[in-house]
Amino acid sequence: MGKFGFAISKGSQIDYDKNDHSLYHYIKINEPSIQLCIGCGGCTASCTSVNYTHFNFRKLQLLISRGEKINIDQEISKCMLCGKCKLVCPRGVNTRNIIFSIKRWIMENRSFYEQT
Amino acid sequence: MDNPTYQIYYQYPLIQIVKSNIMSQKKIAVIGGGVAGMEVASQLDYLGHSVVLMEKEKELGGHVQNWFQLFPDRKAGNEIINQLRSKILNSKVEIKTSTQITDVSLKKNNIGLLDQQNQIYNLNAVVLTTGYDLFDARLKEEYGYGIYKNVITSIELEEIFKSGQIINPLGKRPKRIGFVHCVGSRDEKCNNHHCSKLCCVTAVKQATEIRTIQPETEVFCFYMDMRMFGSNYEEMYRDSQEKHGVKYIRGRVSEAAESIDGEIQIKIEDTLTGRPLKMNVDLLVLLVGMLPSKETTHLGQKMALNFEQNGFIKGKDAHCHSNLTNEEGVFIAGTSSGPMNITDSISHARAAAMEVDQFLNVKN
Amino acid sequence: MHKVEKKIIWKEYQKEIPDDHYFFVRSCIRQNFFPGSETFFLNLLRKHLGKDIFEDPRHTTCTGIGYHTDVVPFETIMTVVARHFALMTEAGYEHMVISCVTSFGIYAEILETWKHFPKIEEKVRKDLKIATGREFNIPQTITHCSDIIYKFRNEISSIKEFSLINQFNDKPLNVVEHIGCHYSKMFPAYGVGGAEFPQVLSGMIKAWGGHVLDYPERRHCCGFGFRQYIVQANRGYSVANTKKKFESMEPFKPDLILCNCPGCTMFMDKWQYTIAEMEGKTYGKEKIGIPVLTYEELTGLLLGYNPWDLGLQMHQVQVELLLDKMGIQYDEFTKYKSKDGEDIGQPNIPDLLSIPAYSNCKI
Repeated sequence: MGKFGFAISKGSQIDYDKNDHSLYHYIKINEPSIQLCIGCGGCTASCTSVNYTHFNFRKLQLLISRGEKINIDQEISKCMLCGKCKLVCPRGVNTRNIIFSIKRWIMENRSFYEQT
Repeated sequence: MDNPTYQIYYQYPLIQIVKSNIMSQKKIAVIGGGVAGMEVASQLDYLGHSVVLMEKEKELGGHVQNWFQLFPDRKAGNEIINQLRSKILNSKVEIKTSTQITDVSLKKNNIGLLDQQNQIYNLNAVVLTTGYDLFDARLKEEYGYGIYKNVITSIELEEIFKSGQIINPLGKRPKRIGFVHCVGSRDEKCNNHHCSKLCCVTAVKQATEIRTIQPETEVFCFYMDMRMFGSNYEEMYRDSQEKHGVKYIRGRVSEAAESIDGEIQIKIEDTLTGRPLKMNVDLLVLLVGMLPSKETTHLGQKMALNFEQNGFIKGKDAHCHSNLTNEEGVFIAGTSSGPMNITDSISHARAAAMEVDQFLNVKN
Repeated sequence: MHKVEKKIIWKEYQKEIPDDHYFFVRSCIRQNFFPGSETFFLNLLRKHLGKDIFEDPRHTTCTGIGYHTDVVPFETIMTVVARHFALMTEAGYEHMVISCVTSFGIYAEILETWKHFPKIEEKVRKDLKIATGREFNIPQTITHCSDIIYKFRNEISSIKEFSLINQFNDKPLNVVEHIGCHYSKMFPAYGVGGAEFPQVLSGMIKAWGGHVLDYPERRHCCGFGFRQYIVQANRGYSVANTKKKFESMEPFKPDLILCNCPGCTMFMDKWQYTIAEMEGKTYGKEKIGIPVLTYEELTGLLLGYNPWDLGLQMHQVQVELLLDKMGIQYDEFTKYKSKDGEDIGQPNIPDLLSIPAYSNCKI
């Protein structure tokens, strides 16, 4: 960077083939209803945490399904496990169990996590 | 008693039978021998009319013959066609295949048709069931249809299904198949603003079929909206996700390009995450839209009919007279009036038969 | 790939290219980066093809760079361009031939604007009259230099001495073609072949024996972008685009990149050095970079011109390996000497992008 005064930009494109989809597969095994999501946003609309954080469960879950690395550790700690999202979901996705699955995966993969 | 017309009307009041005998002198032409055309013709025959059914191809059947399985229950396309064909063959409808109408003359009580062999038909009523054509996917240059082998249309996929195995045009078993919705529909660049209605459910059906025949193939559908309007369609969509693991990404595919091994690289805007997405597929299926067929446009113009903005023939009234047109004696049924599924085409055709019957009845 | 279908699509985008009496307008930066190109183009048309091509020394930059970086407003650039049209009308010509692709895009944009908004054209006429006292006619055609060479590709093919064939294995060379965005992406009808599958460079390559590579990021912009490039800190965006293209074309093992836009040629050439220095990665079959040529330089090579007369020593990625493949003779010792035999100075050798065996440079 020093020699040129600029660095090559990374861009925001999701490269689906190069991404690591292991978290999504882990959740799918534990909570197959994740496949039913249509991205309607009912969960985020009813979310309690939305009032004071930037937690967006709809987006988080979608980014996981694309294999994107995000600060899941930090993000998931914002969830209060109130269950309003599960109450509202029109497709019957067990969103609360998805959160639990993510938390379990983080615990099991602590070392992977630290690299992200 | 041997007269089939008399047998059918056995339970009807006598005056109806008398009327039907007089009415059967009137001649009706049904132009187009697809699902709607066959149904109109056999219903009018049932009502005692004299009908001639004209079809430009060598055989009756139309587009539905090309579909391997139909939504929502996955019955074979040929099952419907065989049913309708046998009804026609067991009726008194005069069938004229390989017949194309080249000219029309509309007079007060008579409609004259001229076919390509210069034969003239004089009729009291005409039903246009000339149907639709599929959008020519080569016009969407950015998808590379016709240039890249692994880019095909939904109708070509049905041919692959008929072969029993899902192999892409380069001979490989696809690891991943992508479906592109709204090709040629809802697209100002193609001059088609309308929605072709059936493509979304076709995608869901074909995606489900692929996952049933070859569960190791990943399937992605790239949609703008999921238009599951019909009976059991939304349930099909749900099942495709829950039972078959079809993945849906909302966003438009901007371009398709060929990689070194024939794989197709596509770029999509993943609108729900707000980021562009790139992936490789082994087969890209374009869900081409429905446009009025050349015959629908040509004959409609010859008869000075009104057209909708989308190019299909306009019904006289959207609710109560969708089978009538602005010309007396000219009726429409099926997809010549707009995109329709088979259920609605058949219902529309039966309604058209009633309208023609009442029209000719009043004329008496 | 089905070539027949591509031809059908190209047929729909055939534009009218005139065959004589051209009014030439130069590019601002091409003569600096690719010194031999424009001179060769004039030589080609005048000496080899016997055409009439005229240039007026009073013409200026079209100010496209200024316009695209928001420094020059639209009214100004329209007046500058109108002045060029006036010079052309004065000289009695109707066909404008433009050297730079961005410039071509500017002329196309202005003509289209005037077509749809005649009041603006009237105002420009008035402004020009007040500023310079000149009047102009709208040109009958505007063409880019690559269109002209495309039009005469078969004539050039019949008089060429070399072909795009690898002498070592008698196979056609793998050529990547890159078209500037302003050529046909804005107004597809102004480009030969339209926006998705432009034919202007691939037609040339095919006529001269090469094999055109279609790789996934073929249509992608090189990243020049004016705004991105002018400010140093933003150049990362530009490089990222070119890098994407290189990553995509690498598996296809290209021998040569052919461009028709001055900015693109410069970028595809010079960013290979930047990427090599930043990330240690070089592209091309031999992993020492892919040579980049303008279409005039390529035509010149095929017609047997001395590579150093065409200015190829000024390229970042050294072209010797390509010249060897094509069977073209060159003299290493006159590479960095002027026509009078004087030493014009030599560049430093980069770590990754040089060809040590051929280089005449002192380490």
